[in-house]
Order: sequence, then C-alpha cells, then structure tokens
Amino acid sequence: MHDLSLADIISGLQAGQFSSTELTQGYLARIDELDRQLNSFITVDHKAALASAEQADQQRAAGNEAALLGVPIAHKDIFCTRGVRTSCGSRMLDNFVPPYDATLIQRFNASGAVSLGKTNMDEFAMGSSNENSFYGAVHNPWDTDRVPGGSSGGSAAAVAAGLAPAATGTDTGGSIRQPAAFCGITGLKPTYGRVSRLGMVAFASSLDQAGPMARSAQDCAILLNVMAGQDPLDSTSAAEPVPDYCTDLDAPLSGLRIGLPAEYFGEGLDATTEQQIRAALQELEKLGATLVDISLKTTELAIPTYYIVAPAEASTNLSRFDGVRYGHRCEDPEDLLDLYTRTREEGFGDEVKRRILVGTYALSAGYYDAYYKKAQQVRRVIRDDFMTQFEQVDVIAGPTTPGPAFKLGSKGNDPVAMYLEDAYTLAVNLAGLPGMSIPAGTADGCPVGLQLIGRHFDESRLLNVAHQFQQATDWHQQRPSLSQETAA
Amino acid sequence: MSWEMVIGLEVHLQLATQSKIFSGSATAFGAPPNTQANAVDLAMPGMLPVLNAEAVRFAVMFGLGVGAEIGKRSVFDRKNYFYPDLPKGYQISQFEQPIVGRGEFVIPLADGSTHTIGITRAHLEEDAGKSLHEDFQGQTGIDLNRAGTPLLEIVTEPDFRSAEQAVAYLKSLHSLVTYLGISDGNMAEGSMRCDINLSLRPSGTDELGTRTEIKNVNSFRFVERAIRFESARQLDILEDGGSITQETRLYDADRDETRSMRSKEVANDYRYFPEPDLLPVVFDDAYIEAVRQSLPELPRDKRQRFADEYELSDYDAAVLSDSRELADYFETVAKHCGEAKIAANWVQVELLGQLNKADLPLSECPVPAPALGGLIARITDGTISGKIAKQVFEAMWNGEGDADAIIEAKGLKQVSDTGELESMIDEVIAESPDQLAQYQAADDGKRKKLVGYFVGQVMKRSKGQANPQLVNQLLAKKLS
Repeated sequence: MHDLSLADIISGLQAGQFSSTELTQGYLARIDELDRQLNSFITVDHKAALASAEQADQQRAAGNEAALLGVPIAHKDIFCTRGVRTSCGSRMLDNFVPPYDATLIQRFNASGAVSLGKTNMDEFAMGSSNENSFYGAVHNPWDTDRVPGGSSGGSAAAVAAGLAPAATGTDTGGSIRQPAAFCGITGLKPTYGRVSRLGMVAFASSLDQAGPMARSAQDCAILLNVMAGQDPLDSTSAAEPVPDYCTDLDAPLSGLRIGLPAEYFGEGLDATTEQQIRAALQELEKLGATLVDISLKTTELAIPTYYIVAPAEASTNLSRFDGVRYGHRCEDPEDLLDLYTRTREEGFGDEVKRRILVGTYALSAGYYDAYYKKAQQVRRVIRDDFMTQFEQVDVIAGPTTPGPAFKLGSKGNDPVAMYLEDAYTLAVNLAGLPGMSIPAGTADGCPVGLQLIGRHFDESRLLNVAHQFQQATDWHQQRPSLSQETAA
Repeated sequence: MSWEMVIGLEVHLQLATQSKIFSGSATAFGAPPNTQANAVDLAMPGMLPVLNAEAVRFAVMFGLGVGAEIGKRSVFDRKNYFYPDLPKGYQISQFEQPIVGRGEFVIPLADGSTHTIGITRAHLEEDAGKSLHEDFQGQTGIDLNRAGTPLLEIVTEPDFRSAEQAVAYLKSLHSLVTYLGISDGNMAEGSMRCDINLSLRPSGTDELGTRTEIKNVNSFRFVERAIRFESARQLDILEDGGSITQETRLYDADRDETRSMRSKEVANDYRYFPEPDLLPVVFDDAYIEAVRQSLPELPRDKRQRFADEYELSDYDAAVLSDSRELADYFETVAKHCGEAKIAANWVQVELLGQLNKADLPLSECPVPAPALGGLIARITDGTISGKIAKQVFEAMWNGEGDADAIIEAKGLKQVSDTGELESMIDEVIAESPDQLAQYQAADDGKRKKLVGYFVGQVMKRSKGQANPQLVNQLLAKKLS
C-alpha cells in the first residue's frame, strides 16, 4: 500500500478499496518500523493522525468529496501547526507549540488531508545535507551512509522510503529540488509568491517558497492545486490566477524548446551524472522537444549573490528568537544582555550562527552598499539573464546537483564545499522562477535529478514536461532497497 | 558674544486608525496589558506584516496638508536593534524613500506675524511596546498593546530660533492633524511626542553648533521649558569656553531640567535594509487626487475665510478656527442667528468662559450650537436684551430647555409696548422729583449722564425686560 501514488490513493479512497484509517495505520506502522534508520520525522502524533483519518472516513461516508480527503501527508517542520510542536529543526524552538496554523496547513486541512507528522530538516532551513538539525542527521534511504540533501531532507527521505506518499517542503536556494534529486523523488519549487509564506518560519523572506514533494509530477500537480493561491495575509503572495495544474499534464511536447545552459554542464559536474542527464534530455527530444544550446553567463554570480542576500535577511528574521516571548530561554539570566547572548548561544547551531554573522556584517554601516545593495543589483542582472533566454526557449534544463548524494560528514567542515552543492539551484530562487527536480537516472547507485526551470508562473508547463518524461520512463518508480526489503 | 539658538523638531504622531499599522489588533488606549497584541504583534514565527491602507491615506493627507511632495514610490525598511519591547528585533520604518518628502509650514505667531519652517520629511513606522520596570521586583514587564501602533514621524529643518516658535509650530501642527482627523492629538496619552534637537551658535554665523537631542517630550509646556533649560545649560558651557557633548538627553518635568540619558553613546548601527515582507507602496495620480479632494478645509484657509466672510478680526478668526470642532460650532451658531459678529462674541466670551469654568471640553458642552444660535436670534429680533440673554443662557446650560421655552416659562420677553413703557416712565418720573429737578437744571452734557438714572429705574421696574432702546427714546421725549 505504501507504494501507491497520490492519484491512486485518491481513487482508491473514492472507490472504497481502502479507508483513510487503514492507510494511515499503514504509514504510521512503516514510520515506526523504518524511521529509526532514517530519522526523517521530528514529530509523529499517532493519535492525532488516526483521529483525523477516522474523521475523514466519516466525512466521506457523509458525502464529503474534498480533494485530499483522508490522504496522509507529511509536513516539513517549518510550517506552524496549531497545537503541534514546530521546531524548525532548532533547539531554539524545541518547546514551541504554535497557537495557529500556517496558511499552507490550513489549506491542506481544508482539503481533508491527514497529517502524519512533521519532518526533519536543517536548522531554520539552512543547509544542503540535513546534518544541521538539532534532532540529528537524516539518512538517505538509498544508502544510509549518505545524506538525503537539505534542507527538506526529512520530507524527501520519508517520501522516497514510502513513509508518506507525499510531503511539503520549502526551497530558499534548492531545499526542495536538491533533496528530491538525492532521494529520487519529484519536487517542485513554485514561482516566488505562488504559495503563501504565512506561518512558515522565515529564513530569507525574498527567496523562501513552499512546494510539493512527491513520487511523480502528477502527484505534485495534485498537491500544488491545494497549495497555490494568493493570501491576503502575505503581501508578497501573487494575485496571478491559479490554473488547474492537472489539466495540461498530458499535452504533447512537440514544439517545446528546451534550453541547455553550457554553464550547467561545465567543470564540477560528475561524469556519470552528466551522462544520465544527457540521456534524459534525449528522451525529451524523442518526445518532440527541441534541445537548444544556450548560455547563462550569470551562473557564476549566483553563489556569491545568494550568500549575501539570504544571510542578510536571515540575520534579521532570526532576531525575534530572543528568549523573551517563546522558544528557548537560558537559565537564570543575570541581565538583559546575558539573556540575549546565552539564549542565542545555546539555541542556535553553528551554521545558523555563521549565517547570522555573515548577514549582520553584510548589512553593517559602510558595507551595505558594497554587499547587500550590490547583491540586489546583481540579482536583477541574473533575472534579466533568464528572461532573455526565455525569449527563445520555453524551459531550461540541466542537472539539479553536481553529483549524487554525498557521504554523511564528508563536507561538514567545509561550508564552502557545501555551498557549491547548490550551484545550479540558487539562481532560480534569486530570479523568483519555478524549478523542478525529477528522477532521471542513477549514479553510484544513487538517484540523479534532472532540473527543469520555467518562466514565472509557468508551473503547468514544468509539470507537463515532467509528466510526459515520467510517462516514457520509470526512474520515478524506482525504490530504494530499504523499502523493498521490508515491503515483503 | 551673543548667541543664536537653532532648533529642529521630530514629532512622532500617533495616527488615529482603528487597527495597527501591520496587524488587525485594535489601537485603543488604556486596555489591560497585552490584550491588544496578536500573533503578528508578538512576532510569532512565520507571522507577516500587512500594511494598513488607512495609515497610508492619513500620511498622504498630512503630506498634502503641508504642500509636500508625496513619494510616488515609497519603501519600508527594517531598523534593526534588540530590545525586549521590540518583538521582531527590528522596527519597520522608512529610511531612504519616505512617503512624504519636503514641505512647508506657515506658523502664526502670537504677535500676528508668521514664520515659515521647512518640513524635511515624514515617514510611516510602527511604535514599540512598553517596558514596565516597576511592580516586577528585579524583572521587567512587557506590554505589547502599543507595539505596531502606526506613527508618522514628522521631521523639520533646523528652522526654529526660539522656544516660542517651536511651541507655536507644535500647536499649529496639533491643529492641522486634528483638523485632518488623522490623529486625536492627545498628548497626555502619547499621541504626539516630540524630540528636540538644539544647538547654539554665535549670532550672525551659518555653521551649526554641536547639538543635543532631548527625547520624548510630551506637552507644549514641557517643550518650552526643556528648550529654556537646555539652551541656558549650553550657553553656560559655551560662555565658559567649554564645548557641547553630542548626546541624547531626557527632560525631567518634576525637576525641570534636562539630563544625559547616560546610555553608552555607542554609535548605533541599525542596519537598515528594505523590508522584504512588504511591497513598495506605489501611488498613481488618481489616488493622490482623490485624497486631495477628501481633505477638509485646513486651519489656515478657515482662518482667512472667517476673517473675510464674517468680517471677524484676525484675533477672533484665529481663536475660532483653532480647532475644527470650535470652528464648526461657531459656524453653526452664526448660521442659526444670522449675525456672525454677535455669534463670535458669544462663543468666545460666554461659551468658552462657561466651558472653562466647568472644565469641560467642547464635546461635552450642554448647549448645542443650534440652541445658542436660537438664543442669539432672540436678541437680534428684539425679543430679549443682551443682559436677559445671559440669564437665559445660564438656564440653557443647566438643561432647562431651549431659549424660547425658557423666555416663555420665565416671562422674560422684552417689553416693547409703548403704552406700557410710557406708564412706567411716568411713574418713575413722578417718584423722582429731586432727580427730575436736577435734570432740568443741568446742561446738555450732564443731562446725558443723568438720564441713566431714569433708564435704570425703568429697567428695574420692568425686571430688566423693558426694551432699553425704546426706554431711552421715550424718556428723551418725556424729559424734554
């Protein structure tokens, strides 16, 4: 049962093949059995999950036909959930139980979805390996010695291992796409502003975007239908109309122009990964698409620009964690300064502190113009670079990451090597574009992700391309041996 | 050496919106601590600001009211610093692109002249909460009711040269913002707080001296006193050959002095940067024009109109246009009685006098404007004399009804019946042979004085109700 797609689960529940209670019990049992190896969940509330599954079954019997009625999913622990601890992977919020739901959670609740629990993540979404969690590292189900990617590593590992049919994630510089690639699942970062940020713990406000992580493009489309839309309480959410993302899935790819940036296939790209990506692109060509060689000259600017903008915004977004109103508070503070410094010293991990320092520096008097202001200018140049390319192509494609999942601990002491992991994904956030990662082969026994980048609010086209690819290939149906062993 | 005082003011004006600038919490004053603070005000994780359109409109109204440039595109910024009553660890304010740019303000001074000062800018920002250091032995209480209350910070050029000018500006500003209805102007509740930047320089020089900033002064009187104290303090130092330390000072009203706030004067680095949770505010001309059309008549214009239309003296026009409420009251009275000058007199002398005596604000005045107009109409149509009118006004003040009812009930109607008056005059003359003889013996000059006696007697006999003009006329005939 854990191998079902979201689409299968919805039709099975509708047809009465199984109940939400049975499904939920099944997933909870798998979490109990397998998550000790993966550590993909921070909080699992069996009672609450079963209660809402039972309620969904009753509602179905009463004629309720909400889109995700009774469908179990997992939520990244960055989304505030009323009455359920929301830690954001940090000691700072280890004791934090929000009295409100994020807009995204409200939307899932309204659609009848059952929450299985809250998934592990890099602290405050800062990381590319999920090693920066107060709750310990998450292990990649394809090889538990490897990282699942980050920061939405718990969501990716849980979906890949069949502990949940789908999960929510957030992506500030690649945090949906990179773990999706490492864990062999499908993940979509929508256009900035497509999904409300209200109730999502902020990392970098101008880059953060929530999105779906699932087994297939079709499943992502189903989830995005629930997630997308303007929120009057998020001023940066877009008024752009929301289409039915399932409508265009079956459109043929003939006439589609796919741009391949030379910079995404250059130095630093693992040879096997490149081979697999090129094979996947040929597959798309067979489906009717035209491959066009392009150049995104601003690619090398993405990492330095991102590592000014994101830490700068984070440094002030995280100021509210001061021990005064909620969250961690040091014991017996001597005075105000002691309260602040010890609370934050104890509550934040190293990577978070590093970024607060970098961001504070970048915004300081005398440095603002040289760093933050300049970075915002470069950001516009990066965006313009993409917009120019989109005049001649419909979609840009390349590898999601330079290589497959790396070993746990292998980059822990080298932040810059870790930052390079996101070389292909960061620019998409800086430009506010939608980006996707879909399974497109394996390298070294682990999945390889193909990244698709679209025009603003062109999620339908990305989902269409991904779905057509998945109709012709079965990479997205491959499962890690971890789950195969226990499936029997 | 003689010195010149140079003052610039920053006023934090609390805007009279129903809800906070970035959240739906109420802004009412005086609620129990933390009952007007929601998840946004508490800076709970994931909460986002949503800009209050009313606060923006109020800021634009102010800008148009001082003829300032309105920023077609204004941007909110984060001003970063840690303090327990600042929940987010940053204040959302405006730095490089404020909503209101340069403007001008003409201040009427007591001697009838005017002084024009420059408005540098005005920007929107949120207020912080309050730290309560008493009542919490060794700890600090935090009340976030005020956190997120919309403020308009109005900054002037260093264009003031005296305490009088500064106070006149503040009074004028108070009048303007209450006219516009964008603030209740209640200084005791902190709706208008003033920071004073003050320095001295040798008269005739252009360069600014080192200034001190006196924070958060919240009454006109305190502003005046703080300026007097601080300028004298600086003068003493400079005359002794010393130099002024640039610092923030506090005005202590109890001791009537300013003193250094003793904060370690580290240069604060607020790390301003554009608030990524809010979009820039962009206005089109139609919006600004619509706000302009909605502006009420401003104090300056009203004062001028009162002088022109009702032929009031500059002084009367200034007093009556001081607040929109009083101006409206006066105009209603004038319309109801048709005699603006008498109305102006009654409102200033009788009405304000009574209010003052009873220590009541105009809003709680027991005599509505149309009723006062009705009373004055009875004077002008000869029904009662001005003197009787004061008696009727007393009765109206005490809630005994409108003028006509009181005149009727108390039988106060003026006697204008010639026959009735003549017989009263005859009686008085008959009872006053000595005075009559005196009168007849006197020359014209003295007679004018002596006739007063007879008038007084007739008025007395009529219990004040005789029409004094008629009595005079009739007496003149009878005595000649």
